Amino acid sequence: MKRFLAGCLLAVALPLAAQDTRKEIQKYQQMIADGSPVELFELEGETLWKKPQGPSNVSLEKCDLGLGPGVLKGAYARLPRYFKDADRVMDLETRLLHCMTTLQRRSREDATKRVFGNENQPSEMEYLSAYVSAQSRGMKMAAGNSHAKEKEAFELGKAMFFHRAGGWDMSCASCHGEEGKRIRMQDLPVLSKPEFARPIVATWPAYRVSNSQFKTMQWRINDCYRQMRYPEPKFASDATIALTTYLAVTAAGEPYRGPGTKR
Amino acid sequence: MKVLLALGLIPLAVCAQDVQKVLQRDFQPRGQATMDRVVQDGVQRVCTESNDRPPAELAKQLEADQLKSIPFPQGSLMGDWKNGERIAQNGRGGQWTDAPGAAGGGSCYNCHQLSPQEASFGTLGPSLLRFGATRGNSPDMQRYVYGKIYNAKAYNLCSQMPRLGYSGTLTPEQIKDLVALLLDPSSPVNK
Ligand code: HEC
Ligand code: HEC
Repeated sequence: MKRFLAGCLLAVALPLAAQDTRKEIQKYQQMIADGSPVELFELEGETLWKKPQGPSNVSLEKCDLGLGPGVLKGAYARLPRYFKDADRVMDLETRLLHCMTTLQRRSREDATKRVFGNENQPSEMEYLSAYVSAQSRGMKMAAGNSHAKEKEAFELGKAMFFHRAGGWDMSCASCHGEEGKRIRMQDLPVLSKPEFARPIVATWPAYRVSNSQFKTMQWRINDCYRQMRYPEPKFASDATIALTTYLAVTAAGEPYRGPGTKR
Repeated sequence: MKVLLALGLIPLAVCAQDVQKVLQRDFQPRGQATMDRVVQDGVQRVCTESNDRPPAELAKQLEADQLKSIPFPQGSLMGDWKNGERIAQNGRGGQWTDAPGAAGGGSCYNCHQLSPQEASFGTLGPSLLRFGATRGNSPDMQRYVYGKIYNAKAYNLCSQMPRLGYSGTLTPEQIKDLVALLLDPSSPVNK
């Protein structure tokens, strides 16, 4: 079915002129929204959430995502946020990793062996993020923005957003800095402006039709830095969390509508 | 930094030096994408600190330095537009997923409209449709286009266009082919 979706998209899109292509993609996204495989990812994520793993052979069901051990409803909408037990601001993936290494006592190496999946084999992190984020549907996005470390993360993320470096002298704003711009046919949202950041942040993590994969925000940032010709951001590093904090705080107030379905 | 303060520019809450330290700590080398890439050069530093609006005097001086970095080849700068079209289409080169040493592309269509046959073009840069037909193809124009592709910052310090020759993404031969794509009267760009 995945193959069919990707093939079908190309078949409709290619022969048409630029404007039409965009409309077709939108129409197509609408069409598949009902039958989007997002639900399958949520179901598999639930199985993994409840599966005993690691040396302590326990599940993640007691994982505290910020609202108390095991509380999932609305937890994702409040991330990233400061966690006292780790004395650090954490996003969803970082917190899941924290629970894997503390509750389940898995080594960090084991738990991060495969954080980004592919078309044939999604990663545990991707499944789990689908399951957890889905339980914030309809809740207003409200990332932490009061603790000193949350404010620090926001400021760092903002500075990173406008920081020009790398092989091609780019900052995030090189591509996400002006309204109405595109790379090839792909629209580039101005993520520093609330009105554009809100609908984007409220639909991640997301299933990407173009490559038939479910993707996390950690992946999105990683892949933009690849295109910017930087070295690779370390998974769950403070730098990546700072950027996500900046985006999420900028997007605050939007009701969560994810996991989304993207181009 | 001193220059900027003297010119009355307000530094960000987190300054460029701090960000660079964070990048050095939180990024890792992968493939050809090595850690030296997070060390800002003067152009990147000035553009970051001035939010891409550098003071005019400083910009002029740094643009002149960038211009000196361009090794203009002897003789004709017009290559083969057919090769140029392939290079303009190719978005690879310099990423950690690209094979080191393999020929890179210019990613031109990511940002510019060029040949009318290609409907999938980006809009980060201006349309270059009919560029040679409107601007001519005199030796000076060839020199400008070659230089612009080699080092876009020599003409506009905080341009969002990458320095494609200076960064090692494109070879001099490839840049000549792109000059032809933009300026050769038989190129589809000018039809
Ligand atoms: C070289 C251009 C470029 C740069 C620089 C860039 N991005 Fe992107 N970004 C893209 C493209 C292209 C897409 C859309 C991809 C698609 O449609 O599949 C995108 C998509 C995104 C999205 C998802 C948008 C959506 O529709 O859901 C986010 C979030 C994002 N980028 C964040 C960033 C951040 C943060 C940075 C800086 C670290 C950055 N980008 C730098 C090109 C860039
Ligand atoms: C990431 C975006 C990006 C890429 C990739 C890019 N450009 Fe540009 N280009 C721009 C922007 C933005 C401008 C306008 C600002 C300026 O002049 O510096 C520009 C300006 C130009 C100009 C000057 C136009 C004029 O009116 O004088 C030329 C010529 C040009 N680009 C050619 C190219 C070619 C050829 C390639 C591929 C080898 C390319 N560009 C790749 C963004 C890009």
